[in-house]
Amino acid sequence: MSTALSTSPVWLSALRAEGAARFEQTGLPTQRQEAWKYTGLNRLKSFGFEPSPAGSSVAAPLILVEGTAHRLVFVNGRFDAAQSTIGTLPKDVVLTGLADLLRNQPERVEPLLGKRAQAGQRPMVALNTAWLDDGVVLIVPRGVAVDSPIEITFLAGDTTAACHPRLIISLGDNAEAVLVERHLGSAAGGLANQVAEIDLGAGANLRHYVLHAEPAASMAVETVSATVGRDAQYRCFALTAGGGLVRREVEVSLQQPGATAQVDGAYLVDGERHSDTTILIDHQAAHCSSRQTQKGVIDDDGRAVFQGKILVRPGAQKTDGYQLSQTLLLSPQAEIDVKPELEIHADDVKCSHGATVGRLDADALFFLRARGIPEAEARALLIQGFIGGALYEIDRPAVRESFGLAAADWLRGRSQPSRNAESTAS
Amino acid sequence: MLNIENLHVSVDGREILKGLSLEIPAGEIHAIMGPNGSGKSTLSYILSGREGYEITGGSVTYDGKDLLALAPEERAAAGIFLAFQYPVEIPGVPNATFLRTAVNAVRRGRGESDLDAIQFMRLIKDKSRKLGISDEMMKRPVNVGFSGGEKKRNEILQMSMLEPKLAILDETDSGLDIDALRVVADGVNMLRAPHRSMLVITHYQRLLQYIVPDRVHVLAHGLIRRSGGPELAHELELTGYAEFAEGAEFTDGKAA
Ligand SMILES: Nc1ncnc2c1ncn2[C@@H]1O[C@H](COP(=O)(O)OP(=O)(O)OP(=O)(O)O)[C@@H](O)[C@H]1O
Ligand SMILES: [Mg+2]
Repeated sequence: MSTALSTSPVWLSALRAEGAARFEQTGLPTQRQEAWKYTGLNRLKSFGFEPSPAGSSVAAPLILVEGTAHRLVFVNGRFDAAQSTIGTLPKDVVLTGLADLLRNQPERVEPLLGKRAQAGQRPMVALNTAWLDDGVVLIVPRGVAVDSPIEITFLAGDTTAACHPRLIISLGDNAEAVLVERHLGSAAGGLANQVAEIDLGAGANLRHYVLHAEPAASMAVETVSATVGRDAQYRCFALTAGGGLVRREVEVSLQQPGATAQVDGAYLVDGERHSDTTILIDHQAAHCSSRQTQKGVIDDDGRAVFQGKILVRPGAQKTDGYQLSQTLLLSPQAEIDVKPELEIHADDVKCSHGATVGRLDADALFFLRARGIPEAEARALLIQGFIGGALYEIDRPAVRESFGLAAADWLRGRSQPSRNAESTAS
Repeated sequence: MLNIENLHVSVDGREILKGLSLEIPAGEIHAIMGPNGSGKSTLSYILSGREGYEITGGSVTYDGKDLLALAPEERAAAGIFLAFQYPVEIPGVPNATFLRTAVNAVRRGRGESDLDAIQFMRLIKDKSRKLGISDEMMKRPVNVGFSGGEKKRNEILQMSMLEPKLAILDETDSGLDIDALRVVADGVNMLRAPHRSMLVITHYQRLLQYIVPDRVHVLAHGLIRRSGGPELAHELELTGYAEFAEGAEFTDGKAA
């Protein structure tokens, strides 16, 4: 390990060692594991997981979401203070790079690290823990609202190395925040293996938006573990419009009555890209509700996976769980694996799920063409309509608009390799 | 303007149009009536270029061109418009976006420049008000959640925006209440012009009181069995289609 790491507090070194030992034992996840059934990580077999050395600089593009006052930029997984603007925050809010905080006030991080995303059952979390170093810490005290979105941009230089960012998000009772993640990767390839640990106190409200717009050479594996307190709300939307392999595993524990979770997303998959969305909503308390709406558009040889599970624990009465998966296949080879799962151990609950997989509606296509719209444009309009329906779940207009532009970029550049080259140009 | 000669059309090996001939001169309105399943909608789809039909014989000439050789969008640019019997819902695409895309596509096809948002709004405002289509309906996805009558009015709005040369109305009157029927008929009559022809498919004489046709044809079992003036519609209202049963003799197979 590098010298920067060797000056760490004992507990942190122990945590890393534990992660390393665990990963040593398990190795990469295999498709024999239920959670990884449809996503193979063969391409990571010969991958070196060691982070790239610091010092690489890539210029970040302009902010994504209009009205963003707080911006953190990461290059190769390392906080880039020069390109970041923490901005003016309400009193006692902590928003900083993880490495800085570990250096200066490790005691603030210790109670939050490794508590939600445990390395035990998850090889990729173990790997992230082994290399734990930098990331984001957001601590919003009780009753405080950070109104402006906090935007985090992840860039990578000309490197094929890995990075293992860790996000620690902690909202006190009735606190509020809006988080926007934007993953831009690099055309050289590389792996971002990110872990986010989110803790929401009673009545807290977190809006969490994630955009993947990496070149096809980039790979991203994300694990999000969130715990949601009484009457608190976790709402996230992920748009995957890039990345050769993007795996999002989201686990939300509704721990107290009245907690709600909404985990929505859209994946736009072309070329030989692969997108995996695996969600577990763990209803631990009564009177909680959850919604999952996932929509996919798959073209060429693209492949998508959606596994969504609603687990209702004993005693979690009056649970309201809902899940919907809709997929549009645009080519004969395009593929989706959908695995909805309900595991219910309470008798007074309302849970439903539905899944559709279809192709562009021939009647609609003819209707548009009969109105003079050329076939290619008519197809694009129908796809755009489908994606528009998905983005409808984003309740912040500024975010919806910027994600809409990212989707439109995808639509325009579909099957054109130059699109990927462009998105990394700084 | 339109000349259909001896048109044979099959679906899945079953012949639906069996040598149909029909001529519509410029400026005329022709009505087609006929029993359910006789091939009226099939004819309208063939004219607008829908896929899935096998044309086994005959020809369709439009403005001196071979209509059947054109793609649907080329036909639209050339002035063909079909008001669908069952208008299609398009989730996620706002009605206004769809209409502007269509208007500009047709304009491009005709060698005209695009309308910008302001020009488009100006054009649509007046037309949509006349048809009782609210701003709110323009923002909603195309036909999604529209009532039957709203869908039909929306079809007529599209027609008036696209200003076709040959408009085919496939049962645009069905599902309309009496007031809406008037509104739609007014919309159609406003478009009447010496260079514009119409083919009106209907089951009811009532529509033809508002849109008075030059000729009325009876389509039964894949053929035009009889043609006449507007009075033929009245007669059919009284007698029904019994005389056009399968195999019955017919004399006037081709419209004048
Ligand atoms: N795609 C298709 N596949 C199979 N059969 C078809 C298809 N399209 C039309 N038909 C058949 O062709 C015949 C004519 O249908 P068409 O819709 O043209 O009738 P129509 O005269 O418009 O009837 P209606 O007055 O009920 O609207 C019907 O028997 C119908 O079932
Ligand atoms: Mg019909």
